[in-house]
Amino acid sequence: MTTKPLISARDLRVTFELPSGGMPWTPPRLLHAVGGVDFDLMPGETLGIVGESGSGKSTLARALIGLVPATGQAKWQDGTNLIGLSPRKMLKYRSEIQMVFQDPLASLNPRMTVGQIIAEPLTTHHKGLSRDEVKRRVKDMMDRVGLLPNQINRYPHEFSGGQCQRIGIARALIVQPKLVICDEPVSALDVSIQAQVINLLAELQRDLGLALIFIAHDLSVVKHISDRVLVMYLGRVMELAEAESLYAEPQHPYTQALLSAVPIPDPQLERNKRMIPLRGELPSPMNPPSGCVFRTRCPRAQELCASHKPELLGEGHRTACHFPGALLPEEVARSA
Amino acid sequence: MSLLQIRDLNVRFATTDGEVSAVNGINLDVARGETLGIVGESGSGKSQLAFSIMGLLARNGRATGSVRFDGAEILNAPAPLLNKIRAERIAMVFQDPMTSLNPYMRVSDQMAEVLMLHKGMGKTQAVAESARMLDAVKIPDAKGRIRLYPHEFSGGMRQRVMIAMALLCRPDLLIADEPTTALDVTVQAQIMELMADLQREFGMAMILITHDLGVVAGSCERVMVMYGGRIMERAPVDPIFADPAHPYTQGLLAAIPRVDQKGDQLSAIPGSPPNMTHPPAGCPFAPRCAYVMPVCGQAMPPLDAFAPGRERACYASLDVVRKGHAPQPDLPEPAAADLDEMQESAHDH
Repeated sequence: MTTKPLISARDLRVTFELPSGGMPWTPPRLLHAVGGVDFDLMPGETLGIVGESGSGKSTLARALIGLVPATGQAKWQDGTNLIGLSPRKMLKYRSEIQMVFQDPLASLNPRMTVGQIIAEPLTTHHKGLSRDEVKRRVKDMMDRVGLLPNQINRYPHEFSGGQCQRIGIARALIVQPKLVICDEPVSALDVSIQAQVINLLAELQRDLGLALIFIAHDLSVVKHISDRVLVMYLGRVMELAEAESLYAEPQHPYTQALLSAVPIPDPQLERNKRMIPLRGELPSPMNPPSGCVFRTRCPRAQELCASHKPELLGEGHRTACHFPGALLPEEVARSA
Repeated sequence: MSLLQIRDLNVRFATTDGEVSAVNGINLDVARGETLGIVGESGSGKSQLAFSIMGLLARNGRATGSVRFDGAEILNAPAPLLNKIRAERIAMVFQDPMTSLNPYMRVSDQMAEVLMLHKGMGKTQAVAESARMLDAVKIPDAKGRIRLYPHEFSGGMRQRVMIAMALLCRPDLLIADEPTTALDVTVQAQIMELMADLQREFGMAMILITHDLGVVAGSCERVMVMYGGRIMERAPVDPIFADPAHPYTQGLLAAIPRVDQKGDQLSAIPGSPPNMTHPPAGCPFAPRCAYVMPVCGQAMPPLDAFAPGRERACYASLDVVRKGHAPQPDLPEPAAADLDEMQESAHDH
């Protein structure tokens, strides 16, 4: 590809310091929420990030817009590293990168009207606009996301969950960002409403040429909307590939286990499905396993997995595994 | 004779905005050992149906009709009778395992309490029996971990504790209200498999309440689809997925993205669920239905059997609904959605 990536992350890390619980002089315990993530995001592309709770997918997204302190590199199109920028310098990029949050009602200020909520990013980033112009743009945007412009003076509690998520989307898009990070945007919504919001996001992306980072734990939703998908486990990237290829031929044992666990709404397929069970539980991120973090639950783990951390290798379809490839039935049986 | 027999069950809540009709005229039979899935979106009344069976309705709720369990009427029964039946004959597993376990009590104490109360066991014996049950739900090192507090377990393990607790008295009926909604997919798969195994082992009937059609497909024999407090369709699991006979069931199936299929535009159901303070006079789905006719707004269509074991509540003819089964091109939905919202709000104020 000749186009420059919109954002290019290299060795992105987020480490939280937790109080050690001991004496003041004992060193803090470190929680590695995101441990060295590499990816490129092209303009107009949708990158899905999947993983179970505690995999660091939300923290990764928050690191990109400076909501949590991170180290490493996340280079924006113009060459600036977004990590560690001062708030003043970051301000410019805040209007280029916007976010849509999970809980539609909780992410809207209950004491502001819809008009004020949607206008706020605009008045923050474009101070010179006249009030009429702001109002015009807000009404245009409300119309764009399927809200009636005459609801501009209503409060968030007067809207349903799906409507609130539309308000959140309008607020993110009003400053014409290049990248929108959606953190579980539909998981709080009912199935029929979820489909409306996904269709809206896909349509807006197409029309406005947005890049999306779409974080969700629902693998079906991610498959539906993403061009490429990044699979995370315990803060590390396990696999990164085109959505088609990842879902059709998952290479990493973790991805295979994850996909096999997704219930399919078809009784016959569901009955004959081959499940790959995962042994044990998610290890503590405070004390992740050596080498490959997935090795403690992997049906294919060997000594090499404990001693050497696998790199994310491959062109196009990239996998961080010493022994990638489809699991054999006997390996699955051994894991059970 | 079925284990659970519900006739004309209605649940109403008195609120400051007026009376909310959560459940409307439900008839339901559950046989021994059967697994019934109840599917619906939020506000469809599926949870209130379960709560009314268990006598757990909120204080402003009132249930009318009849719920017979093993021949005896239990709806609005006096507390001593209900306490006898709850846990011993009917047990319930809730969605959020953290808020349904007592955070101040060790798991051993919470579990033993059930056996001491209902089976008259001594403490030592009750704890030993509880540990055996934790072992049955595959909690590793059950004997050691029974001494822990709920917060020391992970979400999946906590749900296992809940299930173990529900099964202590070997109930005839287990009601599971969204048991895996708060869990990750890999954990969900483990829990669903566990529940199926236990059900086989103990021979109990199960009502699985969920919004996830995938979960239903994998574990239920019969499915009941609810909307606006009413039954839209009821059938064995295979036909309901292969040949949905109600427009709502169709819409629901078309609206879910699937991992095993290539995705195009999802067919969203336009509009939003009805406001149950002012339920529509006729079919609650009518305002969002593609097959709507004038009669739909006047009276609720009866739940009619049209094939062995299959029932639907819809005025549109089965042939017409079947023909429309192919996902239709999407209309510009948002506008319709907002019109609904507007009408609703106008009604409110």
